[in-house]
Amino acid sequence: MVETKFTDGTWTKKVDVRDFVINNISPYHGNADFLVGPSGKTKALWDICKKALREERQNNGVRSLDTDTISTVSAFGPGYIDRTNEVIVGLQTDELLKRSMKPFGGFKVVQKALSEHGAVPNEHLTEMFSNYVKTHNDGVFDAYNDEIRKYRSLGILTGLPDNYARGRIIGDYRRVALYGIDFLIQSKKDDLAQITGPMTDAVIRLREEVSEQIKALEQMIELGAKYELDLHRPANNAQEAVQWTYMAYLAAVKEQDGAAMSLGNVSTFLDIFIQKDLEEGRISENEAQELIDQFVMKLRVVRHLRMAAYDEIFAGDPTWVTEVIGGLFANGMTKVTKTSFRFLNTLYNLGPSPEPNLTVLWSDELPEAFKEFCAKVAIDTSSIQFENDTLMRESRGSDDYGIACCVSYQELGKSIQFFGARTNLAKTLLLALNEGRCELSGKKVVDGIAPVPEGVLDYDTVMANFKKASKEIARVYNDTMNIIHYMHDKYYYEKAQMALIDTNPHIDMAYGIAGLSIVADSLSAIKYAQVTPIRNEHGLTVDFEIQGEFPKYGNDDDRVDLLAKAAVADFNQELQQLGVYRNATPTLSVLTITSNVAYGKKTGATPDGRALGIPFAPGANPMHGRDANGAIASLNSVAKLDYETAQDGISNTFSIVPQSLGSDRVEQNENLVGILDGYFSKKAQHINVNVLNKETLMDAIEHPEEYPQLTIRVSGYAVNFVRLTREQQQEVITRSFHNSL
Amino acid sequence: MGTHDGPGLRMVVFLQGCKLRCVYCHNPDTWDTHTGQEMTVDALFEKAIHLKPYFGKRGGVTVSGGEPLLQSEGLIPFFKKLKAAGIHTNVDTNGRVLNHFTEELLDTYTDLVMLDIKHMTETGYQEITGLPHKETTFRFAAHREASGKPMWLRYVLIPGLTDTPELLHRLGSYFETYKTIERLELLPYHTLGVHKWEALGKSYPLAGQREHTKQEIEQARSLLEPYFKEVKVH
Repeated sequence: MVETKFTDGTWTKKVDVRDFVINNISPYHGNADFLVGPSGKTKALWDICKKALREERQNNGVRSLDTDTISTVSAFGPGYIDRTNEVIVGLQTDELLKRSMKPFGGFKVVQKALSEHGAVPNEHLTEMFSNYVKTHNDGVFDAYNDEIRKYRSLGILTGLPDNYARGRIIGDYRRVALYGIDFLIQSKKDDLAQITGPMTDAVIRLREEVSEQIKALEQMIELGAKYELDLHRPANNAQEAVQWTYMAYLAAVKEQDGAAMSLGNVSTFLDIFIQKDLEEGRISENEAQELIDQFVMKLRVVRHLRMAAYDEIFAGDPTWVTEVIGGLFANGMTKVTKTSFRFLNTLYNLGPSPEPNLTVLWSDELPEAFKEFCAKVAIDTSSIQFENDTLMRESRGSDDYGIACCVSYQELGKSIQFFGARTNLAKTLLLALNEGRCELSGKKVVDGIAPVPEGVLDYDTVMANFKKASKEIARVYNDTMNIIHYMHDKYYYEKAQMALIDTNPHIDMAYGIAGLSIVADSLSAIKYAQVTPIRNEHGLTVDFEIQGEFPKYGNDDDRVDLLAKAAVADFNQELQQLGVYRNATPTLSVLTITSNVAYGKKTGATPDGRALGIPFAPGANPMHGRDANGAIASLNSVAKLDYETAQDGISNTFSIVPQSLGSDRVEQNENLVGILDGYFSKKAQHINVNVLNKETLMDAIEHPEEYPQLTIRVSGYAVNFVRLTREQQQEVITRSFHNSL
Repeated sequence: MGTHDGPGLRMVVFLQGCKLRCVYCHNPDTWDTHTGQEMTVDALFEKAIHLKPYFGKRGGVTVSGGEPLLQSEGLIPFFKKLKAAGIHTNVDTNGRVLNHFTEELLDTYTDLVMLDIKHMTETGYQEITGLPHKETTFRFAAHREASGKPMWLRYVLIPGLTDTPELLHRLGSYFETYKTIERLELLPYHTLGVHKWEALGKSYPLAGQREHTKQEIEQARSLLEPYFKEVKVH
């Protein structure tokens, strides 16, 4: 039983943060007028950070490295930016922006990343990891078979978390603030006592995992002690609530360097503590904003050690500290609080930024003033994304969820997901036209695909082959995922995050596809125009001759949009047939991150007229320049994809020039609200909004020093534009910038 | 869809056919009354319903052109359906057509009229449109005023042709007493439509015409501001 000054409920008897929030929230329906600028302390700190960030950019993306310490929850001593000005403390290492080794994902990756910056790991560690300690990466490659290795090397499966940590799991970091760690340890001990024999594999594994979680909680207490914080007990006030929550998150990013290390939904929760302190006169609005600004500042400087190759699939050094803002409870009460505004206000107080990945959960029932403020922030900063709260809440069943990585729903504290990168659906279509051979290497990938008759392609024949190829790709993809997650659990278990999640949670196996728009347009070309393959001397397709017109995905034309919809549903259906590790539920995303460029390189010419090597469109986007009927038509096409068949998320990145949203700022804000309401009413799931002129980006390429904080949404996340490679910058610029609706 | 043709986000229907030959027209491809794609009222209405979720609080459907009121009779059933579906309706017109169909359309089914004021003098009007009788526009405006329903005026600012202080004061003082005018929109002359003239093989009458500076536009705006509830530059 928890002693509390808040309204009690089931949360005082057992771990149930949602119950605390719903019983104590102060929903806010007003406007942004109450917001304040940054405090003197915040400005002083941020100036130090900006200087450090500049040094990092100038030093090839890494400011400093630690080569001696394996980063664990409590490995490093305390680190400060400038202790006298910090109201929220804690760094991943003992120094701002210093990157550390987390070798259990794969030691070779750590060596490679260090060597790219002229460093080597401590000799003793090298000896240990070369001879005695096994990593996730070692385990995966012990189990991979020839077939999986071939799929990887040919680019049918890429970006897999087999040499880096899988991430995506969101600890319920609020629990540390609400309950204190002693209570959480006791709950886990109670759970452990309930996990009894017979001792099957699953039971043994779970007992070991819960024991590991308890150790991680004890390490978190140690971590707190280094900063003179007593995390045994719950937070007593607003400052402690923010600090405790951050310590829990910090523990996670000290131990793990998963691709996406999302935060969940702490803004609504923290508001309860802030509101109480404000009402009882303990803090002012300035101090409330200061807490959030400084918390967010800490989230902006989270860093992981990455090798250069990683940048191809995840460009711009993202960390995916995804925090959701807003949304509604199932009973219709809004989750928007003043702290929802305060989080968005950090984009003014500290300037635009890709991290944390602020994600507004949109519903047409959100308070109007909040909607308009969100639109304003999106137009001013191009730093936020929007997801359909109504759709996810109703489809997935919980109103207490975060977004893992870019677009993926995850119930907080009750559910996790296994990240699975993506397979190349466009290349799968080419297998169907090449007797199951890779169109570039000629290597046999899939057996049993009959040659397509010479001459003009017949739609039904192609579809039959495509289905066969898809089935095989799904099978191998599933095998690969099972191995990866088995080994990750075994060698790099997320004990700190899992300690903040219910024991034995529900699991989603998060598959993905790339190249959807190419598949849709290719099938449309084959169906509505005359497409004849041009083959080389080995009989492999090298180009396609297209005669006649065909409808293209992105123009609100059902003839092709329904082909895209069916392609997603069909591949999802294949995945649903297969047995999954730990009885996880298969889910599918249409999301590429920035791997759309890398996938393009590995994919030959396609029947839609796309040439060899040309980047795919990102996520579920229509192919660049083909969505020629205006922005709304493009959005309507994407909205036709059915979330029920792609529950891991459907990413759409949308860029529009400011003038086409309206002739002044008031109109632009209002019209963006209209666009979001319209798009989501059509059951679309996600949208990244960039409001920019192409010229700004071109100027930033030439004068990067003038645009240190220029932020752009790419595919479910945002990046500092100047941190992209030239090639990635060019790709962003070639995307459709809608200048008409 | 557009954000520059009436309030909010709007579906804009460009109707084919116009009798005026305005020298700065940016849609000269819509002059001819014998071309264009035929669409049924039902198809148009269905499209509007499809787009309705985007209209928000203030958006809706705008018919523009060409001169949409040449097809007033056909627009009545379309607007009638839109109103029944709760959709805001707007007509963007040069005000040269005023028959009993137009009156029914405007008085019963049109939430907003955007009326183009081409010029305040007869010679200027003829110079721009190629047609006489500027007063038809004023009769149209008076009719709308009498109906008591909202109207916006639109006025294209062309250096030397429509932007003299004298003309602007005439515009302001003529409409100063109108109660239904919610806004005057100033449309500074731009050359974006020139390529359409070229594509049609027509020579562009305003070839070489300069555009206004920002400062000149602001001067015109502030000169007109005292006369209207709102003056907005597009």
